[in-house]
Amino acid sequence: METYYLTAHELRDKLDKKEISSTELTKSSFGRIEEVEDRINSFIRLEKERALSKAKEVDSLIASGEKVEELTGIPVAVKDNICTKNITTTCASKILKNYVPVYNATVVEKLESRNYILLGKSNMDEFAMGSSSENSHFGPVKNPWDIERVPGGSSGGPAASVASGEAICALGSDTGGSIRQPASLCGIVGLKPTYGLVSRYGLVAFASSLDQIGPLTRDVEDSALVLNAICGHDKNDSTSVNKEIPDYRSFLKDDIKGLKIGIPSELMVEGIDSGVRQRVDKVIKMAEDMGAEVEEISIPSLKHALSVYYIIAPSEASSNLSRYDGVRYGYRNKEAPTLRKMYKKTRAEGFGDEVKRRIMIGTYCLSAGYYDEFYEKARRVRTIIINDFRKAFEKFDVLLSPTSPTTAFKIGERMEDPLTMYLSDICTIPVNLAGLPAASIPAGLSKDGLPIGVQVIGDALREDNVLRAAYSLEKAIGFKDLPEL
Amino acid sequence: MGKESKYESVIGLETHIELNTETKMFCGCRLSFGDEKNTHTCQVCLGHPGSLPVTNRKAVEYAAKIALALNCRINKYTIFHRKNYFYPDMPKNYQISQYDIPLGVEGHLDINMGGYVRRVGITRVHMEEDTGKLLHTGSTGRISESEASAVDFNRAGTPLIEVVTEPDMRSPEEAREYMINLRNLILFLGVSDCSMEEGSMRCDANVSVKEKAAKKIGTKTEIKNLNSFRFLQRGLEYEVKRQVDVLESGGRVRQQTRHYDNRSGTTKTLRSKEEAHDYRYFPEPDLVPIYVEDKMIEEVKKTIPELPSEKAKRFESEYGLTGEDCVFLANNMDMADYFEESCRHYDNPKNIANWIMGDFSALMNKNKVESIRKSKVSPKNLCKMLEIVDEGKISSKMAKSVFEEMFETGRDPGDIIESRGLKQISDEGLLGSVIDEVISENPEPVEQFRGGKEKALSFLVGKVMAKTKGKANPQLAVKIIKEKIG
Amino acid sequence: MGRISRDDVRYVAKLAELDIEDEEIEKITSQLDKILDYVAEVSRVDTEGITPLPHILDIKNVLREDVPGESITPEAALKNAPDESDSGFKVPKID
Ligand SMILES: [Mg+2]
Ligand SMILES: [Zn+2]
Repeated sequence: METYYLTAHELRDKLDKKEISSTELTKSSFGRIEEVEDRINSFIRLEKERALSKAKEVDSLIASGEKVEELTGIPVAVKDNICTKNITTTCASKILKNYVPVYNATVVEKLESRNYILLGKSNMDEFAMGSSSENSHFGPVKNPWDIERVPGGSSGGPAASVASGEAICALGSDTGGSIRQPASLCGIVGLKPTYGLVSRYGLVAFASSLDQIGPLTRDVEDSALVLNAICGHDKNDSTSVNKEIPDYRSFLKDDIKGLKIGIPSELMVEGIDSGVRQRVDKVIKMAEDMGAEVEEISIPSLKHALSVYYIIAPSEASSNLSRYDGVRYGYRNKEAPTLRKMYKKTRAEGFGDEVKRRIMIGTYCLSAGYYDEFYEKARRVRTIIINDFRKAFEKFDVLLSPTSPTTAFKIGERMEDPLTMYLSDICTIPVNLAGLPAASIPAGLSKDGLPIGVQVIGDALREDNVLRAAYSLEKAIGFKDLPEL
Repeated sequence: MGKESKYESVIGLETHIELNTETKMFCGCRLSFGDEKNTHTCQVCLGHPGSLPVTNRKAVEYAAKIALALNCRINKYTIFHRKNYFYPDMPKNYQISQYDIPLGVEGHLDINMGGYVRRVGITRVHMEEDTGKLLHTGSTGRISESEASAVDFNRAGTPLIEVVTEPDMRSPEEAREYMINLRNLILFLGVSDCSMEEGSMRCDANVSVKEKAAKKIGTKTEIKNLNSFRFLQRGLEYEVKRQVDVLESGGRVRQQTRHYDNRSGTTKTLRSKEEAHDYRYFPEPDLVPIYVEDKMIEEVKKTIPELPSEKAKRFESEYGLTGEDCVFLANNMDMADYFEESCRHYDNPKNIANWIMGDFSALMNKNKVESIRKSKVSPKNLCKMLEIVDEGKISSKMAKSVFEEMFETGRDPGDIIESRGLKQISDEGLLGSVIDEVISENPEPVEQFRGGKEKALSFLVGKVMAKTKGKANPQLAVKIIKEKIG
Repeated sequence: MGRISRDDVRYVAKLAELDIEDEEIEKITSQLDKILDYVAEVSRVDTEGITPLPHILDIKNVLREDVPGESITPEAALKNAPDESDSGFKVPKID
């Protein structure tokens, strides 16, 4: 198989055994990018020169026998809402088109210190608001399995670049499913860690209480490997977990005998394609055959998850996005004669429709007279959802569900109807509300050859169970297909 | 009788105090004092995308110190909120502040108004971050007259404490006294410079007026920019008069925010209630709650020095001064220390207090010496002078002029008396011979005294004083005269 | 339906400092109305005695010591500024 389609852990061996150099590897990735990028549009910005000179450094580093880390010399794509010092970070928005961060996100610092190779900044839905990666100032991302279709979102760029062989692995962010849903639609692995396990410092905020950075990779082992590299306490993030961090690769055991798996009925019903449903049932059967104890469970409060999410996320976003005002950085309408006109024009011209829509919803939900009816109420219902999940995890080790109710849909298909678009995240949103870890792994292809994903949800900080189940099921499913490009 | 007297004003104050920590509230940038523009900023206090706040422990401790000193109840569980509104001096277009669960609540500060004590309720003491500074281009540097403005974010993120009172003050004077007392208190605590000129202490007021008899409070206006004790009183006086005039002319006071213009000494409308802000407060998701442990409260309490009120009580019991005197001394940290140091050299506290509050304070005011510490008179010398008076070496009348010289030159009272030759004649022999002369020169008064005319005695003493150019010790003179002719 | 009026939309746009063209108002109002009508179903959930969790993992008392960290240079601070006047961030006339 072509170098650019190998996994990070396979490449680690080759690099360490000097069967390949980081320079060759990086060149092959950029070679692939040149082949397919004009069809995929998964990058907003490429850093070829920087990457190649970095690869050269790494090669001499390896040659000199210096200790290397898991990701040393591996080409990685980073979603463009993660700050990279002196490298433009746009969030796929016109308003940040020319924004050059003065600092590195904590995750980027961690990867830099491990001498990873940054390929470029990945395309996405503007400010991570979307489920299709169509809401980008830099044009929509296409699904490598069918470029007529969306790759999912908001981490569509990272997902498509990993699926198409442009990047070995990628960093994305997940607020309501933005890592798992595109991973599912692109036939790769996506992992959203427990809220607080990976620092948010330098991740451009969408909804602070929901955002979490995580890996998009070709297999579960790579996800563990990337998680090892980016997780851990950060004194710059007050919400970051301060606990002993295990080696996540140590949980990759092909054995789920006796593992208790719950199937939340609320995530299996209405709106779910029959094809998707059948696939997930197949996977559940596999789990049983492997000795797992599978049982249905009802978590009624999950019915309200979408509503809760579309109150809390826009509310926090409306405040988080207030800073884009044309004063300190970013786009400004220069014609406006007075401050208020400048604000209004700058933000009206700088933000796309979906972002403006959510700012409006959020502002409304927080405004005088509506706070209690919407925001405060949503916080309480969110708490009920959290409590119900906790109860569920007293009984189960992991929960299993489809990642997305449907396979990749056609570009433009849901653009005119926000609500239908929002429904794409029905299975992933509850997990963010409860701050839980969850992975999406490929479960196979639909009749029309599109990837289907299953979601494995764990209790807070129980990435061990998620990785163990995902790893075992991955082996059982044995998904090996690649998109034809 | 002026029509104001029919009414009384109802005033509540909102004071913002910048803490003097090393670094800002939520980032590691140093606080700045008139440094070059934008030299103390980072991604956090500039509100750059992706940056996150982390709370300054010392700022929380200082805030608790203020809350405790104001007799507040500390909320064991306290959180930050976001206050959302757009203004160019706000990096994030929201201010991290506190809302329904502030650090301190239900406190009070007692203000001594001379004749009476006014207890001002403290509604809340909360923590927040300061904004940047707007510099308005154009000659006047005034917002209304400038074509553009520039923002300096050095101040953005400076730890800020907001102290909100109940509407308990009943006159501009009381409001002014409250501010003076609050400032004293915080200077005592040493957590802020409280410089109204440099804006490290800023004050807004809520004012309404009502007929003295009336129970319910009238419609209030909010007055901004009352940033000196003088402006506070003048601004409030103007606003109270304005409201009274409105009511007297049959109008109604409209709820609005007004701005005090210290040039004209008047208040002008900023915005009316209709266009009031909708701040969309909600819990700050980037910060976690603070559970104030008793341990922390105890630690903070240890760092609080003796406060004026406690000091006053102690002075009363320890030195037997009157309540009035105690409050006067205790409210001024330097004066209180000066008083106590003096008491170590000389054990007539009442006498010391009288001098400090009397001649001493008078001279200080006259010569604009703002602190007794800055005066040339050391406690030692003050006490030395008081002893000399007690020994009868000089009369208390002379003492006044001696003290004036001490105040000007800081010289030792003994030297002054020497060089001016003011020593009283207390030598019986010397005085005796003078008295003999007086007796022989004034036979009639002597007879009249023998006849029981007390007045004659004072006449004779007067003669003795005249002969000695006032240096004779009067008491001694009386004693000797009685001996000689009694 | 009919949850949010055009005037509500104008008011919210003002709070959010977003310029909305009159021809957009109609469409935006109906879109927001649909969404708000959907999410308003949370009001039917019984939340008696539920106190919202401040943080999913009840992390508390995260405080930093009062020790100076790194600041950036005025040049770096102003690097991204759309407009500047002698090392200040320049803004149009404040109205
Ligand atoms: Mg305030
Ligand atoms: Zn800073």
